[in-house]
Amino acid sequence: MSGTLALDVAHVLAGGLVLVSFMMLYQDRLSALLNIFALHALVLAASVGWQAEVQGAPHLFLTAGIAFLFKAVAIPLALHRMIRRLGVHREVETVIGIGPTMLAGMMLVALSIAVMLQVTEGADPLAREDLAFALAVVLLGMLMMVTRRNAVSQVVGFMSLENGLVLAATGAKGMPLVVEISVAFSILIAFIVIGIFLFRIRERFDTVDVHALDRHRGEQP
Amino acid sequence: MRALLTQAAQMALVLLLAPLLTGYVRTLKARLQRRRGPSMLQPWRDLLRLARKEAVVAGNASWLFRSTPYLVFATTWVAAALVPTFATGLMYSWSADLIAVIALLGSARFLLALAGMDVGTAFGGIGSSREVMIATLAEPAMLLIAFTLALVAGSTQLSTVAAFMSSPEVGLRVSLGMALVALLIVGIAENARIPVDNPATHLELTMVHEAMVLEYSGRHLAMIEFAASMKLLLYVSLVACLFLPWGLAQASASPGALAVGAATWLAKLAAAGFLLALFETVIAKMRVFRVPEFLGAALMLGLLATLLMFVSRSL
Repeated sequence: MSGTLALDVAHVLAGGLVLVSFMMLYQDRLSALLNIFALHALVLAASVGWQAEVQGAPHLFLTAGIAFLFKAVAIPLALHRMIRRLGVHREVETVIGIGPTMLAGMMLVALSIAVMLQVTEGADPLAREDLAFALAVVLLGMLMMVTRRNAVSQVVGFMSLENGLVLAATGAKGMPLVVEISVAFSILIAFIVIGIFLFRIRERFDTVDVHALDRHRGEQP
Repeated sequence: MRALLTQAAQMALVLLLAPLLTGYVRTLKARLQRRRGPSMLQPWRDLLRLARKEAVVAGNASWLFRSTPYLVFATTWVAAALVPTFATGLMYSWSADLIAVIALLGSARFLLALAGMDVGTAFGGIGSSREVMIATLAEPAMLLIAFTLALVAGSTQLSTVAAFMSSPEVGLRVSLGMALVALLIVGIAENARIPVDNPATHLELTMVHEAMVLEYSGRHLAMIEFAASMKLLLYVSLVACLFLPWGLAQASASPGALAVGAATWLAKLAAAGFLLALFETVIAKMRVFRVPEFLGAALMLGLLATLLMFVSRSL
């Protein structure tokens, strides 16, 4: 019974992560998007923490702690400050059709489930499930980066993609701690670099809408 | 013989309680808005008054216009008889399943939409087109919820699903949570409650259901209003029997057990009515063109719940 309970809780948390990814796709306000992103990281931390408990792997607790501190607290706070300084915190993003995006997201989830269940046949159920959901989260993060025009929401898409990678890594009986920490720090570095880029883009084009870049290159009217 | 009697009691109880539930929600809403509000019995009084009044029918109305109220009432009543309220496994419950309930409600809506356009006034047309717009999203979402439940419980039979849900076998599933939220959204939209439609307004910009039945009067209107409150009761009972199946009696149980089942059902209705009134008080009505997004969320949740079912314990 405890085995099925462990699997059930892991299922709920990983499924919750996919659901929160969809909630991010649904948002069109930047500050709400950042709050949902913090929730995403929180669910991820809970999921990793539960994996640590189930697998008896204490170093995963550290991963959960890193996910919570950096991604659920530090990065959302920094992004909140950033959008306030960029002056876009009240902006309503013109997303091209929430409906089609949602449908595309559904197809991506179906695809990742179909692919992962085929590929990982015979593996541990917990790992299979985590891998399927993790691929879905990664693909949804990519979808978010593709469909959004605002550079800040693209950053959020990138960060949520990384959350999916962490989920995959913990499901596969954990990854070495060194790798884990270096990934976390590289994400932080990437965040800082992207942040500097955002301000640069704004300085030059007076907007963080990436379509301005296309226009600058003379690609679109 | 006893099975027949229990079923008849259930149908009579549904009939008796439906307007009371509507009145209860209205009273609670009035109190939450610091108004006195009418008594809980007001919907019953309205129905009786409407039934005595003369029915005014437009000159160019066809037979469809006159027969629709009775057909809508009948289909809704049959659908309500199929849903386990205080006991599972009633006599009729084996003849049809959740999909049949959805189909019955769908045909009631279809008839109403046709009747709304029958007389040819602008309001009927606008109401029908809006109602059908809502239905195109609410019905697929409802079917996906039914599929999720069928995948979990291995049946679409409501009594079987309720029995499965109250057994410890259910466990913890994220799909069921999503299905619950989707069902609540669909229920709010189907019953024309506040974020989607305001049941108390006659404002042309916002009304959906009211616009469709604007041409009705007298006993016809009474039938339609009765059916609408029965639908609310049906949805509340559906949520209660699928997601809170505690206290449901077996149809063959002793009268005492049936009474306990009825008492818990009443408690569930009261709690659900309070939550509905609270929800309607704190939320604002949506623009009509935002409704597809709201219902799209239900559709998405239903689809996601079905998809996630494939990656659950069955691995």
